[in-house]
Amino acid sequence: MSKTITDVVCPFCGTLCDDLIVTTDDEGKKILGVDNACAIGAEKFIHSSDHSHRVTRPRKMQEDGSFKEITYEEAIEHTAKILVNAKKPLMYGWSSTSCEADSVGHEIAELCGGIVDNTAAVCHGTTLIAVQNVGIPSCTLGEVKNRADRIIFWGCNPAHAHPRHMSRYSIFPRGYFTGKGAKQRKIIVVDPRPTDTTNLADIHLQVEQGYDYELLQALRAAIRGEPLAGDVIAGVPKETVYEAVDVLKSGRFGVIFFGMGVTQSLGKDHNIDAAICLTKDLNDYTKFSIVAMRGHYNVTGSGQVLGWQYGFPYSVDLSRGFARYNPGETGSIEVLKRQEADAIFVLGSDPGAHFPMRCVKEISRLPSVAIDPHITPTTEICDVHVPVAFVGVEVGGNCYRMDNVPIEARKVVEPPEGMMTDQQFLSAVLERVKELKAN
Amino acid sequence: MSSITINLISGRTIQQGVSMEGGKEKNNYRLACGIIEMDEADFKKLGIMKNTNVKVSSEFGNVVVKAISATQGPHPGMAFIPMGPWANKVTSTETYSTGMPTFKGVTVTVEPAPEEKVLSSVDLVREYCFGDN
Repeated sequence: MSKTITDVVCPFCGTLCDDLIVTTDDEGKKILGVDNACAIGAEKFIHSSDHSHRVTRPRKMQEDGSFKEITYEEAIEHTAKILVNAKKPLMYGWSSTSCEADSVGHEIAELCGGIVDNTAAVCHGTTLIAVQNVGIPSCTLGEVKNRADRIIFWGCNPAHAHPRHMSRYSIFPRGYFTGKGAKQRKIIVVDPRPTDTTNLADIHLQVEQGYDYELLQALRAAIRGEPLAGDVIAGVPKETVYEAVDVLKSGRFGVIFFGMGVTQSLGKDHNIDAAICLTKDLNDYTKFSIVAMRGHYNVTGSGQVLGWQYGFPYSVDLSRGFARYNPGETGSIEVLKRQEADAIFVLGSDPGAHFPMRCVKEISRLPSVAIDPHITPTTEICDVHVPVAFVGVEVGGNCYRMDNVPIEARKVVEPPEGMMTDQQFLSAVLERVKELKAN
Repeated sequence: MSSITINLISGRTIQQGVSMEGGKEKNNYRLACGIIEMDEADFKKLGIMKNTNVKVSSEFGNVVVKAISATQGPHPGMAFIPMGPWANKVTSTETYSTGMPTFKGVTVTVEPAPEEKVLSSVDLVREYCFGDN
C-alpha cells in the first residue's frame, strides 16, 4: 500500500508550486513518486528520501581534513561557543529554511552582535536597494495568471531556473480575463543569448551583455514618444525597440519579470531603478507591474522576517547593539573581503559553491559551522557540519513566494531517526548562548 | 599555445539545478557545472575540438573546465559557465559598493589544457582553501 499526499509545496525555487502530489510508502518514511513537479523539484524530494547518501549526525573536521561524527549536543556547544566568543560573527543563509527558523536565528544574532545576511546578497540584493530607491508597483502571481496579456522576461531564463513559472502563471495558463492562454499573451524576452525562454518569445531583444540600463532608458524614451538617436541601441535595432514599445502600450495588463541578468551585471541597482521606472511610465498608458524572479524558495521570507524585525531585508549588522544596513559595507561579500568577521555560521545556503572563491577561502579560515541537510562545498570547509531535516519535505514551515505571498510548506515524510530540524537546533543554540552570556 | 579572450557570464541551467539537488559532491554536479559553453565560432578561433578541457583565467583566478558547444545560442564572443564553484574561481569580486559581486560580464582568457583534470566541487574548493593556492 502507498499513501498519496496532495497540494504539497515544492521547496526549491521562489515559484513555490503548491500543487505537487507525493506518493509515500505506507509508513510515511520513503517517497515513491512525485507528480506535477519540475525536474529539479522532483529530484529534491527523491534525493532527500534516499537516506543512504545522507549524513545523519553532526561531523567535526579533524586536523588531517577528515570528519569525525559528534553528537548534536557537542555541535550545539561548538556553535554557541564560536558565536559567543566572536566579536562580529557573520550569520549567513536563511533562504532554504522556514520563517520560524529565521526568527530564532535572528534572536541569536542579536545576543551575539552578529551580521545577519541572506542569499539576496548574491542574487536580488540590488533589487532590494532599488526598491528602497524608487518603490515598486507589483502584483501577485494570481493576478498575472488571470489578467496579464503582456509579459517581459528581462535577464532571466525561467525555462531553466523557474521551470513551472511559465505554465502556472506567466505564459500558458488560462485565467479569468486570459481565457485564451498563450494565444492571448505577447511575450518579450530580453537576454544577451538566445535561450530556451527566448524560443517562446514574440520579440527577443538581444541586448549587448551589460548594456541593460541603456536599453531600459531607450524604452522609457520611446514610450514617451521621444526620438531615439542611432540605429542600434545596446545591440538592439531601433525598429525592434519601437516594435516592443507598441506591443507593451497596446496591452491591458503587463508584467516585467527580471532576474540575475540585470541584478548581477554592471549597473546593478541602477538597472532595477530603470526597470521600475519603466513600469511606472507604462502605467501612464496601461496597467503594468514588476516582479523579481527570486531564486531560493524562502529568500523572500527571510527578507520579510528581517524587514519586520529590523526594518531592513538583508545585510543587517547588529554588532553595535542596533540594526545597521549598508549593503556595500555590511553585505557578506564585502565583510569577507575586508576580513572583518571573526566567525561564520551558515544555514540554508551554500556560499562555498556560490560566493567568489576569494570569499570562500576567508570562510575556511574562520571558526565555522554549517547547518545543511546536504553535503556541500561549504560543509566540507567548515569546522562542524550539522545535518538537519529538509524543510518542506521532512518538516513544515512558513515560506514566502517571489510575489511576497506566504505559503505554508508541508511535511510529507519523516526525517531520518534522531535528526533535528533547523528550528530545533537553533532553539537549542539560543538556550546555550543565553546560558553562556549569563555566566 | 593559442588562446582567446572572451566575455564570461554565469547562470542557472536545469542540469545544474537537478545535479545540485542530487548532491554537489557527486560526479553529475561536476559534469553539469564544470564546463564552459562556447560558440562554434570561438571553438574555431581557439582551434580546439569540442569536449576538450580548457583553462579559463581572469584577473581573479583560473579554473580548468571542459569546453562544450553552446546549448543555448549562438553567442559568439560570449561564454557561459553554469553557476557554481567553477564559475566562481574566475568571477569578479568587485561589488561597486552594492555588496553584489559582478557574476556576469567578466573578461576571461581561454586556452587549451587537454592534460589537466576538471576537479570535483569539493576537491576544487578544498584544494583552493587548504592547498597552496
